[in-house]
Amino acid sequence: MNHNIDHTAGHGTDMPKAVKIKKIVDENYNTKTFFLDTKLEAVPGQFIMFWIPRIGEKPFSLSYIGNNTAITVQLKGKFTKKMFELSVDDIVGIRGPYGNGFTPQKNACVIAGGCGVIPLVPLVEMLDKPVVIVGAKTADAILFKERLNGNSKLYVATDDGSLGIKGFSTDIARELLKRKKFDVVYTCGPEMMMKAVFNLTEQHNIALQASLERFMKCGFGVCGQCIINGFRVCKDGPVFSSEQLRQMTEFGKFARLKNGKKVNLKEYYSWRS
Amino acid sequence: MSVITANLKTTLLGTELRNPTILAAGFLGVSAESLIRVYENGAGAVTTKSISIESRNGHANPTVLSFGHGLINAVGLSNPGIDNYIEEIKTVKEKKIPLILNTIGDRNEDFITVAKLGEAAGVDIIELNVSCPNVIHKKPYYSDPELLSSLVRNVKDAVSIPVIVKLSPNVTDIKEIAKAVEDAGADGISAINTVGPGMIINIETAKPVMAFKKGGLSGPAIKPVAIRCVYDIYETVDIPVIGIGGIMNGKATVEMIMAGASAVGIGSAIYYRGLDVFKKISEELSEWMDNNGYTSIKQLVGAAHES
Repeated sequence: MNHNIDHTAGHGTDMPKAVKIKKIVDENYNTKTFFLDTKLEAVPGQFIMFWIPRIGEKPFSLSYIGNNTAITVQLKGKFTKKMFELSVDDIVGIRGPYGNGFTPQKNACVIAGGCGVIPLVPLVEMLDKPVVIVGAKTADAILFKERLNGNSKLYVATDDGSLGIKGFSTDIARELLKRKKFDVVYTCGPEMMMKAVFNLTEQHNIALQASLERFMKCGFGVCGQCIINGFRVCKDGPVFSSEQLRQMTEFGKFARLKNGKKVNLKEYYSWRS
Repeated sequence: MSVITANLKTTLLGTELRNPTILAAGFLGVSAESLIRVYENGAGAVTTKSISIESRNGHANPTVLSFGHGLINAVGLSNPGIDNYIEEIKTVKEKKIPLILNTIGDRNEDFITVAKLGEAAGVDIIELNVSCPNVIHKKPYYSDPELLSSLVRNVKDAVSIPVIVKLSPNVTDIKEIAKAVEDAGADGISAINTVGPGMIINIETAKPVMAFKKGGLSGPAIKPVAIRCVYDIYETVDIPVIGIGGIMNGKATVEMIMAGASAVGIGSAIYYRGLDVFKKISEELSEWMDNNGYTSIKQLVGAAHES
């Protein structure tokens, strides 16, 4: 008997679905990619909720979509430490994909900072010869160099100058946007970097799509935990347009702790790390 | 899209509502701008998240899931504490939006402090969330008529704005509780809080899915329980009732109002039908009333009861 009754148009269920870990790849000293034994209909920029039984559940952007489903994770806190202890054939739970994702457009510039490059990589592979600027602390920290190089003109910035220019991805962007006209800019990275990118695209009158991050609970737009001003990052985002970013007085300034208290980004990031 | 023609205006404890849909506590109530957005999407009034004196982090994720017939949640009443929430209240009230402050506490004094600060910040109505289990008393508030009466009396003495009590369906006799609340001086009742708690086990991993293991049920699955509770409460008391539980559309709203509700709380329907579900429900309600010869909400309230 089919008990999977859908009471309305729209959603049926949003429960963690058990999936096997198919493959784990070390991307660098603190980043791993987890390939999952499932196929999801997803677009670049969407995320899944990743559940480890008895440990917890957190959102992660998809780093591979299509024939492969994978998330790429930087070691950061307690949860990612547990993730790094997982092995091939372990069973975890996933739900999603959630969020809106990026909308691919022509004549694009992609600006990434640190692990912000992760949701942008499947987008780059989908775009028509975009210009890509990636920034990271060191040469080792640059993720997916080959995947990015395959389809784009790649610029690199590192904090220590070990690859590309010594500086930030926004330093390259500032010069590049003066010389070349783009129709769209995509960005993901530390919020202060994205704020700088937003200021640049506003100055040059270019449409921006920025993928934002906030602490999440439900992932489907009802609890209100990941709110930025009136926008739900999980449901209205995580990708927001220039027009939406203009309305966000909290963008680049404030975020909410687990208890909902609004704090400055510095306090928020010190809690998250 | 149909146009709203029937008169959906209703008065809830002295507060004029443009329609009887109210954002239920716990949904999207973290920030002022979130509540304002819900109002802009058609709600007649909005309810805050449950607010306590001190901040609460709540439970670990997963906290909210959808099991196919409704939602299960164990958010754990996370909130920033009343002091950090005052600005949110003030911002909502600057827009003249009807606002209900949902309050939680372990003891009567906790509720009183939060209610008084909320009143000073401008909320229209205080809602006492007595469904959370607490550690201070032997029994939780919601299932102990005496304890509940003392709470209602104390909060009523402390504030001059209307006080309503949100009742749990998880009691032997909700009529007894409703009567105690009315006798203690409550201005209204909202019913119901979540049903259960329930549990969901992932069989592949043989583990409960919710981090808290169990959670309260809401959404379509609980609507008949909510309708029955509101029907029973309406039979028992004379104070107005906000009917909450699985209201998804205009017809369910009619059903709940006929059971005895003066207004309806909407929460899980946001998951199924989007943020503008308030607008949609108002349109459906208006259309149904037009088609069935009703011209005001008042005519519908308690219509299912024998007069």
